[in-house]
Parts: sequence; C-alpha cells; structure tokens
Amino acid sequence: MTEQSTTTVPGGAGVRRPRGRDQLRATLGGRNLPYWLVLPAILYLALFFAWPMVQAFGLAFVGEDGGLTLDHVRTMVDDVAFPGALRFTLLLLVIIIPIEFAVALTMALMVNSPRLRGRGLFLYIYAIPLAVSELAAGIVWFAIFTQQGYLNSALQQLGLADVPFIWLDPRSTEQLLLAVVLAEVWRSTSLIMIILVAGLQGIPRDYLEAAELFGAGPLTRVRKVILPMLKPSIQVALIFRTILAFQVFATVIALTGRGATVLTAEAYRWQTDIRDANVAAAYAGLILALSIVSTMVILRLTRTPREQRMI
Amino acid sequence: MSGESLARMRTVLLHAGAVLMALWILIPIYVITAAAFSSPEAVFSFPKPLVPEISTETMEFFLGATGVLPALRRSVVVAFSTLALAIVIGTPAGYALARFRFRGADTFRVSIVSTRAFPIVILAIPLAVTFIRFGIDDSSFGLTLMHTALALPFTVLVTSSVFAGISEELEEAAMTLGCNRFSAVRRVVLPLALPGLAAAAIFTWIISWNEVFAASILTLRNRTLPAQVLVALTQSGLPFQFAGGFLLLAPALVVVFVIRKYLFDLWGRVAR
Repeated sequence: MTEQSTTTVPGGAGVRRPRGRDQLRATLGGRNLPYWLVLPAILYLALFFAWPMVQAFGLAFVGEDGGLTLDHVRTMVDDVAFPGALRFTLLLLVIIIPIEFAVALTMALMVNSPRLRGRGLFLYIYAIPLAVSELAAGIVWFAIFTQQGYLNSALQQLGLADVPFIWLDPRSTEQLLLAVVLAEVWRSTSLIMIILVAGLQGIPRDYLEAAELFGAGPLTRVRKVILPMLKPSIQVALIFRTILAFQVFATVIALTGRGATVLTAEAYRWQTDIRDANVAAAYAGLILALSIVSTMVILRLTRTPREQRMI
Repeated sequence: MSGESLARMRTVLLHAGAVLMALWILIPIYVITAAAFSSPEAVFSFPKPLVPEISTETMEFFLGATGVLPALRRSVVVAFSTLALAIVIGTPAGYALARFRFRGADTFRVSIVSTRAFPIVILAIPLAVTFIRFGIDDSSFGLTLMHTALALPFTVLVTSSVFAGISEELEEAAMTLGCNRFSAVRRVVLPLALPGLAAAAIFTWIISWNEVFAASILTLRNRTLPAQVLVALTQSGLPFQFAGGFLLLAPALVVVFVIRKYLFDLWGRVAR
C-alpha cells in the first residue's frame, strides 16, 4: 500500500501475476477462505469470552467439595448491602431510561431537521459523551455537586443561596439517586441519540411530506409516522441501554463514595476488598441473568414484523 | 398568525432548543476544564471562580502524584496494544461477514452481536483468577487480552459494516483486470476502507482508555489511569480528582471530532 495508494482500479499493465503464489492463494482462498478469516476471531472469543463465562458459573455455583451449591448465592443475598444495591440499580434503570429516550429523541429530531443550521456541529457536541468514560462523567458531576463545588459556587455568586447546600447527602438515597441519574443521562443519552438518528435517516422523506400534506402537525407526525418507523431502532437502543444500566459502576462510586451501592460495585467489593471471587461471580451471574431476562422482555414487548427487524 | 411567521417561529424554537441541549452537554465539560486549570488555591476556595485565572499548577500536581505518570503510560500502551490486536484479529472476520455467504455466517453474526449482552463483570472476575494461575495478573499484557475480548465484537461488526459499504464490483473489476483476491483487497478495497477502519481503530482505543472495572480488578500495582484515579479517589483531594477527571475526559473531545463522520457506521448500524 505504500507505493500503491491510489483509490482507482489499477490498470492491467501495472499488475504482476506470480503464478505459483497465485495458485497457492487460490487453493487457500477457495471455499474455505471465509472460515480462515473468521477463525482467529472465533478462537479468541472462545478463549477470552466463552471460557471465562463457563468459569464464572463454576465460581458461582460450585462448592469446595466440587459439587453444585447455592452457598455463594445465599451469601450474596444475605449480605446487608444486597437489597440496597439491587434496589438502587433497578431504580436507576427505571428512572433513567424514559428520560434518556425523551432527551435522545428530542436531540435526534433536531439534528435531523433540515432547517437546523450547523447540524454537523450540534451532532458533534451531542455525541461527545459517547467517548466519555463512566468514571470521568462521575468526577465531572462530582465537581458540580460537591458541597464546595461549582453548583453551589454559582448559586452563591448569583445570590441565590447563602449557605452551600449539601447536594450529595450520604444519608439521602434519593439525593444520591438524583445525582447519579443526571450524570448518567448526561453521559449515555448520546448512544441512544446516534441509534435514533441512524433510524431517522432511514425514513423516506415522502412519508413525512405525505403526512404533512394531509394536515398532520409536527407532534402528530412524530407520533403517527416517526415513532412507528423508528421502532426497530428504539428496540435496539432499549436493549443496549438496559444492559449497560445493569453495569453502572464508576459513576456511582465517584459521585457517592460509598454512600450508595449498585450490583457491579458489590461485585467489585467482594472481589477486591473481601477477596471472595465466588460471591463476586454470583453477582456477575445475577447481572447477566437480569440482562438476559430484560432483553427477552424488551424483544417481546417491542415485537416487530420480520422485514423490519434489525437483529 | 400567518403560515410564514409560524414557520419562522418554529425555526427559532428549533435553534433555541438545539443550543439549550448543546449547553447541557458543554457546561459540565467547561466546569471540569475550568477546575483542572485553576490554581490549587482556587480549587480549595469557596465560592470557586467560575472563570478562573488559568494555571497549570493543578494539572502539574496531578501528574506529579505518585503513580500517575506510570499509570498514564500504561493506559496508552494497553489502549494501543488493544487497538492493534483487535484490528488484526477482527478485520478479516469483518471482511468475511461483509463479502461471503458461508454456512454459519448468520450464527457467527448473531453470537457476535449477543456478546454485547454480557456484562464485563462476568469476564473480569474469572479472568482475574485465571491470570493469577498463568502469572499474567497485574500486567499490561493480561489487561490487553481482556480489553481485546471486550473490543473485538465491536471491531468485527464495525469493520464488516465498513467493508459492506464498499462496492463489491470494484473488487471484481480489479480481479478481472488481473488481481487475485488478496491483491484486489490490498490495492482497491483497503485504500477505500482506510478512513472507516481508522475510525473503528480510534474507537477501539477509547474503549480501552475508558475501561475501569476490569482494569481495577486485574491490576494491583501496575494500574492504568482510570484504575489509579478510581482507587485514589476517596483518599485524594479535589485538585487530584478534578485534574484526573479532566485528563480522562479530554481524549473524548478529540476522538469524537475525528470520527464524527463515521458515528453511524460505528454505532447506528452496528446492530444490523
């Protein structure tokens, strides 16, 4: 590629055909070529994806005597932190998803509107959080919400508050939940937005023009044309987002310290502080089970006709 | 109200809404940037100046803190190694998915897509146990293996969609003109695919740069930057936290700008 970086099809004159190598490659590149091409990826994923999963189940469900056991699961469930972690994770999910979809749909519709000037710039800005880590987002919002942080600084300088308000009160689960919700909405709406914009671009202009011609206002067009046609994208975004919500971790730690806990943070604590990989694996298994069940529920709730399916 | 003025009002509302949303994204980014480039005195003061006098002292303090520079170096090394490994292993598979109809192709695609359903937790915990057994715990090498497992499904799907976007006829034309499949790919397809592949590579890089859970579990003394910041978070002061948050976030601004034309190839069509 160093000497041949042209993007046009090279002329016949410049192409040499070494016979022997060609033959060899033809045999190699015969019917089995696609299998040779996917083989490294399959082997890698078998070794570093499938095998660890099997081991995780071993860790979670096999006892010291080598027999199956529910001891580790029982230890997990009986732990004082368990109900709080489960509740916080589920609450977060239930609150975040509708908000994020509303925000993402608004962003997507605006970015997709031909009347908006500077669409490229807006798309870039809205997409920035896509590459921002959970930890960075957590720290950013900590800088805003911490007692001597930027929100209180702004309020004070605007004369709206005399004493700094404690936004991240470790005794108030509701306040911590609200802070994590804001940070997560800020960070992870862009993923949904991108999927929705891609879906919007697939809607033929004629449909919208026809709807407008028949007197449908903007809201009716969204409800009757855009949303139904976006259903496959919404389904995919919903699955992605739900699965990721079960894995929320660093945002919670950065924002709340140990004030609130979630399932992944508990798995982390059991693995690193308590050094019990079995119970940590039980948490991992629970997170996986929740992911799978919710994916099935979403697929069932948003069943789409075969020809519209994306996966 | 006449139709025209109604339309104008809608356009104004649209722009106002778009700007409002942009501020929602940008203000927090401004806050952490301002915080990281305030002097330590300003960081400890209250109320903090909203427009600080620019000082690099806080960043210098962070970079000088124990373990930060080695962690930064390790993060960069792991991210580039992950990028290389994932692209080398993933691109051929992506090409195969885009170009060939072979038995098992659909199963392969569905299993690749479904790996995204598996939480990182369930990989990291058993791998931590395995890596100890093989003596690669607490190493950049082990973490690279883990990050590649995370990034690989993404790389396969994205490169597949990049190749699918390049007309097969160009390749066939090259082959009738005397190229075999390999030289056709090398001389015709790769140059066209390069920008898309570069975008995929850059995003693979950021997946590794951002990853914190597995990094904190698989390393102890040889931490990457996110792991180092996470662990030090509770015992460190505001200057450390703000500077660390900014440094972790900063690549995102560049990365998204560079790949902005490929966002839909990367995410929008990944599910297809």
